Amino acid sequence: MAMQTPAPVEYSRATSVDDAIQQMANLNGEARFLAGGHSLIPMMKLRLANPGHLIDINPLEPELSYIRQEGDEIRIGAMTRHVNMLESDLLAQHFPIFHEAEHVLADPVVRNRGTMGGSLCQADPAEDLSGVVTALKGQAVVRGPGGSERVLGMEEFHVGPYMTAVEPTELLIEVRFKVKRGHGSAHEKVERRAGDFAIVAASAALWIENGTITDCGLACSAVGPTTMHISRAEQALIGQAPSEDLFAQAGAMASQDCSPSADGRGPVDYKRHVAGVLSKRALSRAAANALR
Amino acid sequence: MQVSMSINGQAHSHDIEPRMLLVHYIREMAELHGTHWGCDTSNCGICVVLMDGVPIKSCTTLAAQAEGHEISTVEGLEKNGVLDPIQQGFHEMHALQCGFCTPGMMVTGRWLIDKHPDPTNMTDYEIREAISGGLCRCTGYVNIVKAIRWAAAYEAAAATGGN
Repeated sequence: MAMQTPAPVEYSRATSVDDAIQQMANLNGEARFLAGGHSLIPMMKLRLANPGHLIDINPLEPELSYIRQEGDEIRIGAMTRHVNMLESDLLAQHFPIFHEAEHVLADPVVRNRGTMGGSLCQADPAEDLSGVVTALKGQAVVRGPGGSERVLGMEEFHVGPYMTAVEPTELLIEVRFKVKRGHGSAHEKVERRAGDFAIVAASAALWIENGTITDCGLACSAVGPTTMHISRAEQALIGQAPSEDLFAQAGAMASQDCSPSADGRGPVDYKRHVAGVLSKRALSRAAANALR
Repeated sequence: MQVSMSINGQAHSHDIEPRMLLVHYIREMAELHGTHWGCDTSNCGICVVLMDGVPIKSCTTLAAQAEGHEISTVEGLEKNGVLDPIQQGFHEMHALQCGFCTPGMMVTGRWLIDKHPDPTNMTDYEIREAISGGLCRCTGYVNIVKAIRWAAAYEAAAATGGN
């Protein structure tokens, strides 16, 4: 068996967020930040990624690993590992979808390494956490040379398969979520075996006050070139009273609006069908936990 | 580059290429061959070792990333010639056929028992989930679950003097 090893690469450790950004600027953006490494290192082995230099940001864990409430926001640092999001009481209390999605994302050993920032910046259209952040309308904070920061919504953030709006000299440092009353959320996934990437996954978030849906987020994974944001369904739900009929209509929209391709995980019509069913289920469960 | 780490309590330091994976460092530099190297894609869990007490896939970690950390491998389970209960459990329950996945399974099982608040009452689901990052192609999963449970029960009995 041929041994898979990354091609020769230079390696340095970051000592602070600003140092990481400075090192990247000195290399004119021609390096990659190494977080959990569970996408980047396999891609380097396969020569799908060929960085000449890795800037290891694992030493930034003390600075960038946190889940905390600030005012009406929950803020998650980019180096927060999946296991920390899975086990966070604060997240479970405010956004139940995190526990559900993290529980089915990869396996426990991978979850010990993979990070929030790595998941988002890898922008794999089949990955679960990107769907969660999209449904919750998370805001990504990226910092560039000189300390300048930009705040990006997920529509801006995802620009294509494995492509984000984060510039080569920028680093994702944090993701922010607004805490609003009447929240419920749920994640549904169909996979071939435990820990695999989804055949299809649906992430749903609802905010319900006085019997009316005041806000809504719906995203599907593995059924398009990026995480699919089903904005037509969101529009259709806002201002309505939650009902199974309404969620079935939203599911039908997800089914129509996604754009899956046929592969070893199934044909197009099957994936469209599953996207509809899972969207409806996720919305129903989100409504149930919003109203509990 | 120079990399230094502790493996099973022993200091190791070598001049390596930055691209060297931790699994190859452990096998070729530290010459500890108990950690196996399997799928190379972080799917099979055979290369699992503990870094600061937490299981990681050593085929998907650079040796450079282990700088200054404590690594424990399957060789670290046995203490003074006495097998760890997880190793005894695999023996008692015949939890291996070809033995290739065994190091990763035992290290993962050891971690599960150590972190579980009530190891003697672990559910099958909890054990199966914990080892879900490992593949056994002999499909001996039933006996692996039994072995982990055996180790937890053995330790509880030993702790209360009822062994």
